[in-house]
Amino acid sequence: MSGFDFLATRFETALGWGRKFSLFHYPFITACCGMEYMSTACAHFDIDRFGAGLTRFSPRQADLLLVVGTISHKLAPVLRTVYDQMLEPKWVIAFGACTVSGGIYRNYAVVQGIDRIVPVDVYIPGCPPRPEMVLDGLLKLQDKIQHQKQDWRWARKA
Amino acid sequence: MGPEGLIDALRARLGEAVEGVADSFGDPVLLIRPQDVRAVMSALREAPFDYAILLDLTCVDFAAAEGRFELVYHLYSLSRNVRLRLKASVPAERPSVETVAGLWKNAEWLEREAFDMFGVRFEGHPYLRRILTYEGFEGHPLRKSYPWRLEQPRVPLKDGS
Repeated sequence: MSGFDFLATRFETALGWGRKFSLFHYPFITACCGMEYMSTACAHFDIDRFGAGLTRFSPRQADLLLVVGTISHKLAPVLRTVYDQMLEPKWVIAFGACTVSGGIYRNYAVVQGIDRIVPVDVYIPGCPPRPEMVLDGLLKLQDKIQHQKQDWRWARKA
Repeated sequence: MGPEGLIDALRARLGEAVEGVADSFGDPVLLIRPQDVRAVMSALREAPFDYAILLDLTCVDFAAAEGRFELVYHLYSLSRNVRLRLKASVPAERPSVETVAGLWKNAEWLEREAFDMFGVRFEGHPYLRRILTYEGFEGHPLRKSYPWRLEQPRVPLKDGS
């Protein structure tokens, strides 16, 4: 390792790098998009390659909320609660047409886009989206995490 | 009991309760009087008809054009391997019919669904309350008179997004 004995970087950059490659995700799966999530998460497409392989089934241990599938008004309070239970910093991906806009459903039952309930960082369209699109969305989220203003314990507040 | 014999036997057993007979892809359809629903179902549940299973119970809204709701019952006989559909029209302004929950246990939930979606009253039902929609939901969403875009959110929604 001669000539590479130390590494200089900004603290924020290092923090962003660490965060974007250690996403613990909580899969909030309600519908058919779940099948695409499963193939994305399993060995063929393998989101573990991108550091998002560790699924947590408690929102308190997760920092990425994957909302996968149709969200009805009956379910909306549950989604809101799950989001509120997650610790900062946290991100949300809207996975599939139903979560983005309500999809094919325009009726009394379905929420017309989960961004009416929780803030969304990345939208992945498709009915359902292919795993490649999901990985692309994940990369976009990682890019966003890397370049956003990092919030941490002793961060100087404006 | 063949298909023709069945219709005759049904007519003989049910009498004036049968308002008409139709055919749907080879399966018989009976149009029955709404006030006789319970009696008809009770007869069909027993031998010799022996319709042991209530496959489905639902409703169709003809209120706008014809001022009526049509209740649809699908029965199935295990012993004879035949199906039967029954229809009963009820007036749209006060849709009400006697429950069949005592005959088939699953009718309890099917009738709750028809009540939730269409507002049909099932007299004598042990706990006729909403099953699919949530507490505080107003109206019956599968009625044609329900505004098709009307949402009833349970959490405050951010609009314009």
